[in-house]
Amino acid sequence: MLVLVALCLALSSGITVFAQTPDETLRSTLGTLREASFPDKEATVATIADSGHPGAPFILTAFLEDRLYSRDSDLAIVIVKSGETETFDLVDPLTQADAGNVPKDGFTKIGTNNRLRRVLRTTVARFTLASPDAAVRLSAVQNMLRSLDDQTMDLLRARAAIETDAAVKDEIEIGLAMSSLDSGDAAAKLVAIDRLSDRVTTDVRNRLAAFLEKNPDGSFVEADDKVRAAAASAVAHIDNVRSFYSGVETLFFGLSLGSVLVLVAIGLAITFGVMGVINMAHGELMMLGAYTTYVTQLLMPDSIGLSILVSIPAAFVVSGLAGVILERTVIRFLYGRPLETLLATYGVSLILQQTVRSVFSANNRAVETPAWLSGTWQINQALAITNNRLYIVLFTMLVFALLLAVLKRTRLGLDIRAVAQNRSMARAMGIRTQRVDAMTFGLGSGIAGMAGVALSQLTNVGPNLGQSYIIDSFMVVVFGGVGNLWGTFIGGMSMGVVNKLLEPYAGAVLAKIVVLVALILFIQRRPRGLFPQQGRSAEGH
Amino acid sequence: MNRRQLLLTAAGVAASLALPGLASAQNTIKVGILHSLSGTMAISETTLKDTILMMIDEQNKKGGLLGKKLEAVVVDPASDWPLFAEKATQLLEKDKVSVVFGCWTSVSRKSVLPVFEKNNGLLFYPVQYEGEESSKNVIYTGAAPNQQAIPAVDYLMKDLGVKRWVLEGTDYVYPRTTNKILEAYLLSKGVPAADISINYTPFGHSDWQTRVAAIKRFGATGKKTAVVSTINGDANVPFYKELGNQKVSAEDIPVVAFSVGEEELSGLDAKPLVGHLAAWNYFQSITTPANTAFINTWKMYIKNAKRTTNDPMEAHYVGFNLWVKAVQKAGSADVEKVLAALPGLETPNLTGGIAKMLPNHHITKPVYIGEVRADGQFDIVWKTPGTVPGDAWSDFLPTSKPIEADWVALKCGNYNTTTKVCSGQNYK
Repeated sequence: MLVLVALCLALSSGITVFAQTPDETLRSTLGTLREASFPDKEATVATIADSGHPGAPFILTAFLEDRLYSRDSDLAIVIVKSGETETFDLVDPLTQADAGNVPKDGFTKIGTNNRLRRVLRTTVARFTLASPDAAVRLSAVQNMLRSLDDQTMDLLRARAAIETDAAVKDEIEIGLAMSSLDSGDAAAKLVAIDRLSDRVTTDVRNRLAAFLEKNPDGSFVEADDKVRAAAASAVAHIDNVRSFYSGVETLFFGLSLGSVLVLVAIGLAITFGVMGVINMAHGELMMLGAYTTYVTQLLMPDSIGLSILVSIPAAFVVSGLAGVILERTVIRFLYGRPLETLLATYGVSLILQQTVRSVFSANNRAVETPAWLSGTWQINQALAITNNRLYIVLFTMLVFALLLAVLKRTRLGLDIRAVAQNRSMARAMGIRTQRVDAMTFGLGSGIAGMAGVALSQLTNVGPNLGQSYIIDSFMVVVFGGVGNLWGTFIGGMSMGVVNKLLEPYAGAVLAKIVVLVALILFIQRRPRGLFPQQGRSAEGH
Repeated sequence: MNRRQLLLTAAGVAASLALPGLASAQNTIKVGILHSLSGTMAISETTLKDTILMMIDEQNKKGGLLGKKLEAVVVDPASDWPLFAEKATQLLEKDKVSVVFGCWTSVSRKSVLPVFEKNNGLLFYPVQYEGEESSKNVIYTGAAPNQQAIPAVDYLMKDLGVKRWVLEGTDYVYPRTTNKILEAYLLSKGVPAADISINYTPFGHSDWQTRVAAIKRFGATGKKTAVVSTINGDANVPFYKELGNQKVSAEDIPVVAFSVGEEELSGLDAKPLVGHLAAWNYFQSITTPANTAFINTWKMYIKNAKRTTNDPMEAHYVGFNLWVKAVQKAGSADVEKVLAALPGLETPNLTGGIAKMLPNHHITKPVYIGEVRADGQFDIVWKTPGTVPGDAWSDFLPTSKPIEADWVALKCGNYNTTTKVCSGQNYK
């Protein structure tokens, strides 16, 4: 087989010696790809790019997107329109003409690896530099900036002269300035440093910091004093800006961790805080919410983006119902007996976990992240905020506001507060306390379900999901002050921020321990938490 | 595994427990399976239990072993380390099994080691681990560090030109030992200490924002950076998601993982992982006739065409076949005779090579590097030319460099070649 391939290769390259048409040269170059090693493929990519053949950009794009295949029967290279369809729609690499629809077997993909894809991306960028779409040009320039050489510099210079879009032009000028840092001329360097000093990215910083380094013999790498001074002040400026934004970033990390803590604790703040039920199955109610997201995605596979929005109310209903059933069948017989409640709900949590294992299997389930939830919001060159975290912070705020509104503005909220404050008096006033109990528990559980939807976007959806959050949620409620929603909110947020402030210095393991120890000491001093409940209602039910 | 089989097995176990000395008990060879079927490790270990049950099933279809049927004894140590020792005692003392296939985490293995040595049992351990151990009573069919971690680092250094290293791990014995070995290896290759960053996070860590931001900063110096991940289990999904969200692409900072395989990928949305790497001794996507047959048998047995195969399953496949050969060679399932017969035995692995049993109770394995595809499978981008023999005691740690394990010539798992002393096993 190998001999045969070698023979074919030899033959095809033999032909090119005689027939010099660009088409055949390109075809024979392509032919070598099938058996090539990754370094060989890299060289071939350069050959194709330099061939000047009109089909080159098309071929390289297909290569980058894993759509370049070799036909096993005649070793010809073909492009498929999509690798994910049932059958292959073939396209001729040179003419871009359709070459029929064929079954998938009988083709070998021309594989790429990370390094090769990087090379391909910068190579393809050279061709897309002339695209009419400014956004495409911008990403092309950004890709080219990742590896600057003389050839790309020439292309950028040529483009800079005719570029009309301000953003693209700006990006190109950065690239040109970066390259003139390498020139011998001190004046050109000073201009370039001046141009780059308001660009607060790490690559610029590192490039400028290189001017300040010393050679092994003690002399400076950069001989010119003025250039060094300019570089030093530019680096100091960039460091200043970046350290400010990294503080902002840490604060955001803290708030986002805090909002996850608030979200998982807020349902518990109702069931434990308001009703005084120690519900060890709280985590499993979140797990049910996460699985509801999974099932919703199964039911609507074509609109993943919408499925998350649908699953929020769905999870509320599923977990809320589970909570009501739990309250009616188990917890209501155990009011006022915290130890028994704890044990019984722990048992329920095990039952729920095992049920999920039996229904969905012990393996984690794949919940997809919709496009609008992934990616980052690039605020400036030094600060980017991830979308999913941002949405979860907003979601937490929304849930919290809604919950407050329900408790303060609705009839149900009034009943809940009345029963929590004085059960017998409430009953005397004609409130059906048993029904209110069930509704309150259902409300808390439903919120746990909604938290589960958010968690499905952050972590594994599996039978153990609840266990990993139950401790945290109790911690937040106790820290914030039992029975006080604002306490839960502020407690969760501050625990998140403190944790994230400590993490860069102490490491994740130690940060968590420090927070726990601090919490224990705090509870020793103030057993009722951050915001203790005032008055007689605080004495229990 | 379907439920009826489990019930039947359970019933069988119950019957053999209740009626000892019945004829049926003597006409079978008992095979113990010590994998967690509940708790956190059930995700990974249930598959291995099913693999061994399938292998037993296949062997019985071929007429059993030495004219006897194989009989599985399944116990559930429930991801609880002390319970592993208890269940191992039960298997060895009460059920008197001839061999045990089991354990996943190093903690569980360390917990059952004294039990197996005391009762002179035989354990086949199928998972890649940190090395620094060789017991008379354990056969390590998973990779030692020199069969997974070191070749992976070599690939990154030579083929991808990586200069700066982040060693990111979960805080327990396997990542800590592996990272110690890797750090010593990198330093020996001339990597300056400033270019190595080692970090640990707790089990099940789910908030990776700070760490990923730190990795980004570490990788922004202009030198090619890679992450070597010994992050275990559930913490991987949020880690890769955060990498994707913070736009850390595999082309800029590739992550090579030692604990992420097909099984783990089937439980998550693989898109944020595409292009990242994993190092294993087996990948499902390797097309050999043996592998295709194995995958088909597995899918038929488990009655689910979507189930994947993975590296520890192959280790069990190799281990089971080695044990069968050893029993046939020894003419008996007696542990001493099987242990004597094992070293030097060869059996084909699933990737077209030969797994050879070495005197240090490890086996020879090929090493593959795969890149994650969007469908949760791997594209092989690199492999070792032949197989690599497992090294129990790493040559890159000063404390274990002079130590040899040889159960044939030296009859010792911990022989110091400089002091010429066999210090026996030392459990930490």
